[in-house]
Amino acid sequence: MRCAVVVFPGSNCDRDAYHVLKNVFCLDSHYVFHEESFSPDEFDLIVLPGGFSFGDYLRAGAIARFSPVMESVRRAAELGKFVLGICNGFQILTESGLLPGALLRNRNLKFICRDVYVRVTNNRTAFTCSLQLGEVLRLPIAHGEGRYFVPSDRLKVEQIVFQYCDEHGTVTDEANPNGSILNIAGIINERGNVLGMMPHPERCCEEILGNTDGRKIFESLIAYFSWRKEHAAD
Amino acid sequence: MRKMYRVRVQILPKEGVFDPQGYTVRGALEKLGFDGVKEVRLGKLIEILMEAEDESHVRTLVSAMCDRLLANPIVETYRLLDVEEVP
Repeated sequence: MRCAVVVFPGSNCDRDAYHVLKNVFCLDSHYVFHEESFSPDEFDLIVLPGGFSFGDYLRAGAIARFSPVMESVRRAAELGKFVLGICNGFQILTESGLLPGALLRNRNLKFICRDVYVRVTNNRTAFTCSLQLGEVLRLPIAHGEGRYFVPSDRLKVEQIVFQYCDEHGTVTDEANPNGSILNIAGIINERGNVLGMMPHPERCCEEILGNTDGRKIFESLIAYFSWRKEHAAD
Repeated sequence: MRKMYRVRVQILPKEGVFDPQGYTVRGALEKLGFDGVKEVRLGKLIEILMEAEDESHVRTLVSAMCDRLLANPIVETYRLLDVEEVP
């Protein structure tokens, strides 16, 4: 599985993502600068990492979506390649229209940096196939603009992949850190190959960091990818 | 000949989209005794200095800027407040 981590000016989770892909999961991983282009079949997974691309000026992700690399990302997504947008990467995906909706200022107007619980609401995706339906993950969030909003006719229920919940998996308003509609923490496109999420799975993949819940998302992708490869060979 | 214009664009959160900044400011105004304030919406004001053929050309260009970049139509509305020719 060949992976790309896109680096925008202001990305600050690019190295974490690259480290996890390359050193934790031993995948063939590469940085791609925002001014570069790549052919649609060059990478199997493209990660848009967290950070503050272009200073989050105007709106988070609003300027990054016009980076030349995003045309390559769009074409790869059209070809069915996996795209994972984490935090600022999620914001860039909504701004670029690869995912529906928008991410707004947190309802308490604060930058929130802490662990939250999310519930796996859909495990029939490439990103969650190794997880149980309803499984609870503890993942870190670090964002000021994570309040997901979408008009009701623009998102299907099965596109909701992760929802903020309490430690027992109950989706409550108290467990909603930023005021996202329906406690949404992560969504997928209809085709099932582009996922955006506000929590940071790349920050919790190693024992030394005290939490390995993020591993399961990457493990799902790797498992799905090898299954599909074998299946295609049949 | 192209002329110089100063344009002001207002961007506001859409009706129905919760605006926590406006909500907080309204609460602060209420505490100061301005009890008649029912709603406050906080947005952005963007001032652009630009060249164009004429005023209608300015309006076309600025609308395109708003549609493509300056506003997010899912959550925001925009309005061209004024176009002023700069000598």
